Amino acid sequence: MFKQKTIGFFEVAGFRWMVPVVKLAFWEDPKEQSRQLGNLLGLPLLAIALFLFFWAAGAAQVDTSLGKLPGPSAVLDAGKTLYAEHKEERAKEAAFYERQEKRHAKKLERNPDAELKWRNYTGNATFIDQIFTSLKTVFTGFLLASVIAVPVGIACGLSPGLNTAISPIIQILKPVSPLAWLPIVTMVVSAVYISDDPLFAKSFVNSAITVTLCCMWPTLINTAVGVANIDKDLINVGRVIRLGWITRVRKIAIPAALPMIFTGLRISLGIGWMVLIAAEMLAQNPGLGKFVWDEFQNGSSQSLARIMFAVVTIGFIGFVLDWLMLTLQKLISHEDVKS
Amino acid sequence: MNPYVDLSHLTMEFPTPKGPFCALDKVNLKIQKGEFISLIGHSGCGKSTVLNIIAGLYQATKGAVVLEGKEVNEPGPERAVVFQNHSLFPWLTAYENIEIAVKQVFKGQKSKAEIRDWVMHNLTLAHMEHAAHKYPAELSGGMKQRIGIARALAMEPKVLLMDEPFGALDALTRAHLQDSLMEIQTELNNTVVMITHDVDEAVLLSDRIVMMTNGPAATIGEVLDIDLERPRDRLTLASDAHYNEYRAAVLRFLHQKHSNPAQKKSDSKPKDKSEGSDNALGQAA
Repeated sequence: MFKQKTIGFFEVAGFRWMVPVVKLAFWEDPKEQSRQLGNLLGLPLLAIALFLFFWAAGAAQVDTSLGKLPGPSAVLDAGKTLYAEHKEERAKEAAFYERQEKRHAKKLERNPDAELKWRNYTGNATFIDQIFTSLKTVFTGFLLASVIAVPVGIACGLSPGLNTAISPIIQILKPVSPLAWLPIVTMVVSAVYISDDPLFAKSFVNSAITVTLCCMWPTLINTAVGVANIDKDLINVGRVIRLGWITRVRKIAIPAALPMIFTGLRISLGIGWMVLIAAEMLAQNPGLGKFVWDEFQNGSSQSLARIMFAVVTIGFIGFVLDWLMLTLQKLISHEDVKS
Repeated sequence: MNPYVDLSHLTMEFPTPKGPFCALDKVNLKIQKGEFISLIGHSGCGKSTVLNIIAGLYQATKGAVVLEGKEVNEPGPERAVVFQNHSLFPWLTAYENIEIAVKQVFKGQKSKAEIRDWVMHNLTLAHMEHAAHKYPAELSGGMKQRIGIARALAMEPKVLLMDEPFGALDALTRAHLQDSLMEIQTELNNTVVMITHDVDEAVLLSDRIVMMTNGPAATIGEVLDIDLERPRDRLTLASDAHYNEYRAAVLRFLHQKHSNPAQKKSDSKPKDKSEGSDNALGQAA
């Protein structure tokens, strides 16, 4: 049924306020649905409006060395400017390549054997570029962390001995701040990652590894707990039908622990995103963190508004990442969603 | 005639911090092919331990289980188990839950088409062919247990082991499943060992009821032959004098001769020990 499917889709996707909208569209119990819509959508909107009001009112009272603290409208304007700058930079880039293209064409006309020098455009990284750099870095670090944490977690869950053995190491490494890791990571990467034509920039490797070190623990711990607490009867079914050891891990342990693994991955990605901004700021690695730091150092009258826009963007991206993982988690879990 | 299944001198001790705890003491039982045996007794009397030893999930401290002349020392599909809480894989459909067992047990013996037919045949046997593509979370408790039984039957076990298969179900659903099980028994004539708490269920389904004494060191107290004609019908039997005699005999054993240890308040020592047995089982499981 179309209606049921649409409602199911919005429930899995976490847009619960869309459910009354769909029901209203089918004119099903409009009174009750309007009330629900008022609750699910109206209350958050009211809270946001109040928040913006207090922000605007409060910000006007604060005088900084860079002028008044920007209110919501100033921040929105800063956002528009950032987007305009991005457009402008792209136009410059296109123009640069066009000129290069023409220059080379002329050269070849004169002498078909001429040696051509292709140069890359070296303009400033815009705000949008920084967003994509940050996303690329966080996913690289997160992926690396998952590749390590999931297998180690499964091994720990299967073997109580191994779990006891490495648990203290995990407990000690887990609470270390990314700012403490960063100098070590930087030195180690400089020493180990030597190449004339590096595939990745060192700064990128530094931030990604810092993210890995900080965000692998929740996945590792959750995976271990998930695997260790599988219903013993399910394992016994595997023994009765004589599944081999590897098949038992693959077909029973991993699927049974998958909801827990995803809970861990979700927490990990959240931590990774928080850690990344801090790491970029401190290490001057490209990304949103560097953007914030540069603006702070820049200290123009626009800087505060631009930083605030970056803060809102960072929060929003974090929210989207969490929503992505939550939706994935709901899709793979049979126990709660499909009932 | 040699028995089909022979339990001889089964003794089970679980290690505890206070020293070994003796859960079972010299259990002897011979089961013929095609016999339906019920094990009945109070909680903590070691019924599940007996079943788990036959399944090969536990190793007896002393004594042995011999099936068709071969000693049992590991789990296997010829001794399929129906667990109390259905134990279906929640991430697989009903069909896939049976298929995973069939594929493993008949590896290299059945073609793809044969596997499909065999899975569907067993689903039909349990009256669950309509739910083949549903996930366990979409099914009721009774339906899940039907799939659990279908999965065990699909392994073509020599002995079907059932650990309180209907214990978690409401009375009406339980009656439906008992009827289905009797229907399946008429068709397949399996050898079955079933654990139960339910006196009516035991008398209705069994050829013999094995009554166990209370732990620690539980053993077989009495064995009652149920000489009622098959097919049995619960309504006719309700007013049948023989049926009621058998029922009364089991009740007498459970509530007069070996009353529930948890209810004896004056004598605290056996109570403590029986709780210890629960712990020991919990650790070993």
